[in-house]
Amino acid sequence: MSRMMTGARMVVEALRDQGVDTVFGYPGGAVLPIYDEIFQQNDITHVLVRHEQGAVHMAEGYARSTGKPGVVLVTSGPGATNAVTGLTDALLDSIPIVVLSGQVPTFMIGTDGFQEADTVGITRPCTKHNWLVKDTGKLAETIHKAFHVATSGRPGPVLVDIPKDVQFATDEYVAPTEVETSRYQPERKGDIGAITRLVELIEQAERPILYTGGGVINSGNEASRLLRELADSTGFPITSTLMGLGAYPASGKGWLGMLGMHGLYEANLAMHGCDLMINIGARFDDRITGRLADFSPGSIKAHIDIDPSSINKVIQVDVPIVGDVASVLGQLLEVWKARGSKVNKAGLGKWWEQIEGWRTKNSLFYRNSDTIIKPQYALQRLQELTKDRDRYITTEVGQHQMWAAQFLHFDEPNRWMTSGGLGTMGYGLPASVGVQMAHPEALVINVAGDASWLMNMQEMGTAVQFRLPVKQFILNNERLGMVRQWQQLLHGERYSQSWSDSLPDFVKLAEAFGCKGAQVRDPKDLDAAIQQMMDYDGPFILDVLVEKHENCFPMIPSGKPHNEMLLGDAETQDAIKAEGAVLV
Amino acid sequence: MNALNIQKGASSHSAYDLRDPNAQIEESHTLAVLVENEPGVLARVIGLFSGRGYNIDSLTVAEVDHTGHRSRITVVTRGTPGVIVQIKAQLGRIVPVHEVHDLTAEGPAVERELGLFKVRGQGDKRVEALRIAEIFRANVVDSTLESFVFEVVGTPAKLDAFADLMRPLGLVDMARTGVAALARGA
Repeated sequence: MSRMMTGARMVVEALRDQGVDTVFGYPGGAVLPIYDEIFQQNDITHVLVRHEQGAVHMAEGYARSTGKPGVVLVTSGPGATNAVTGLTDALLDSIPIVVLSGQVPTFMIGTDGFQEADTVGITRPCTKHNWLVKDTGKLAETIHKAFHVATSGRPGPVLVDIPKDVQFATDEYVAPTEVETSRYQPERKGDIGAITRLVELIEQAERPILYTGGGVINSGNEASRLLRELADSTGFPITSTLMGLGAYPASGKGWLGMLGMHGLYEANLAMHGCDLMINIGARFDDRITGRLADFSPGSIKAHIDIDPSSINKVIQVDVPIVGDVASVLGQLLEVWKARGSKVNKAGLGKWWEQIEGWRTKNSLFYRNSDTIIKPQYALQRLQELTKDRDRYITTEVGQHQMWAAQFLHFDEPNRWMTSGGLGTMGYGLPASVGVQMAHPEALVINVAGDASWLMNMQEMGTAVQFRLPVKQFILNNERLGMVRQWQQLLHGERYSQSWSDSLPDFVKLAEAFGCKGAQVRDPKDLDAAIQQMMDYDGPFILDVLVEKHENCFPMIPSGKPHNEMLLGDAETQDAIKAEGAVLV
Repeated sequence: MNALNIQKGASSHSAYDLRDPNAQIEESHTLAVLVENEPGVLARVIGLFSGRGYNIDSLTVAEVDHTGHRSRITVVTRGTPGVIVQIKAQLGRIVPVHEVHDLTAEGPAVERELGLFKVRGQGDKRVEALRIAEIFRANVVDSTLESFVFEVVGTPAKLDAFADLMRPLGLVDMARTGVAALARGA
């Protein structure tokens, strides 16, 4: 069989060989040969987006809900630059994405040709790696390597820039098995000496805590299974970052809830007061640590991470273990069991008593209302009405995102898609489209704020075109809620530019897109509205008019340690000092 | 404070074995970075330094293995011990980077730099310049009746010293290669 083919055909062939079933993209001059090949095949579904940023977020939603890499196809110039925000988002959250971009023909590179941009230059700092392919003979090999790099070690986005003449030229196709990828193989197993030392600490610790992150989810289902086994068999309390929700079930007995800036009181106090902190696939982000000098001052810290550069980046740890979470947890459990599965029962008992004491603070308390829908109440009802469904949640960025993390419960990994590291407003709607493409039968809900949702609302067109019944749950406070909250707390209640004027009528907007919408403003009607949204066979926009000035609590103000949380409005007077105000 | 009867740093894997990461004392380190010789690899390395706010005091790069497509980048950088460790880890993360060696930490290394110095002058100054050049084992690689170009090879400190001495004698221009370094011994 002849393996000679055009570069454009190679792209499709390579995607097929990589097991790709869905590509999110937008055509343009520099990728026309590839689109011509896509037209002539039926194995790969192409989802026509409305904006390339949407394509990357869709691919992220697809990747995070399946564990497989998401694939994007864009044209040169503006097609590639529009993908930059999504690439950066995927880099910060370690999501495997492969972006293929068209480029002007090789002989025109550097001439400022039409729709020419230095795509590899622009995307170099926002990809894990990128390539410009100047020779059709190298194209298939490069695409296979791109998939390997995106999914190996700490996952991340990659980009392959393909000039148009390379797409037209003919050369020999190379299959994935013929490509040398052995050089880039990050170590998966952890150092057994360090693991044994961690086991010794686990056996003795009086006040241990498991602090888990997105690395557990990225490591795969086996990592979540082993994490559950570790938490449940040791009886250790467990908390998670925003990125790691679902790795350990919210219904599990060791669950403390999310930690961090808007995390639960008991989770943050336990982090502050522990004597052994086991960081599993998290990275001591500034949303988690608060003031570094006062971060968990009395604890021995262990850190399991596949990326050596995450170790000791911001917090110095005592037991660093470089390796894949699933592999290391497997080794850890093996050693711990072989030594008799011991824990410090007396110490743990007292520790849990202390934690239960913190729990009585009920830090998620809010004052409900009969007349106006509180955003927290809306999410509580959403949780209640969807809890028996295997549902997938995406979010935008802001107050609603934090409330969703606090009030929605996740019992399985890969069910929670949110922009954690970059904090990209406009992430949730396209992400929900990507999730629904991967799980056509599932209930997929984007919990949104009015301002974020508008940032990529054009993707409703994609949802309608592909009959994707994504549910847009918009908590509409006609504000940029988190910005407004910070202005209230640290800028003297001067609400500079933080309201949404001239908002569209979301119900009419839904109709204009060819789907359905509804608005709800009375708490009594909320359940019925949520039910209507879920029952509707198609994309749906639910415009939930909520309290406009609700603040998101608990909150660790910038520059404060974990044990100085704000629990409610009464405590917020002068809570943030000048030195905290410079932080974001 | 700590209920566990374990001292911080008791493990051989402990980060506390490193020098105090909170020390504000900046150290100079010479790093040898062996990379795949592919387009853009130097930009990746330099971009890492500028993007994360690290310092570059000197940088040299050249292909060292043509058949194996390897280049060697020698970077002299400055930072606190914690930052130096982080720089090495970040470099190691770049896909086309094969190896990162901290020549300063891994043991004695030889460092050499080549400098070209143009000195303009006549009379006694010209004679003095030649005399000093001899002390520094500099070669005269270009000469006119009123100028010399000296070639000096040595440590950066030696080149600095040579430049300082030549300045009052009519130093008008110089070009330096940056540091190339290799570990001593087999």
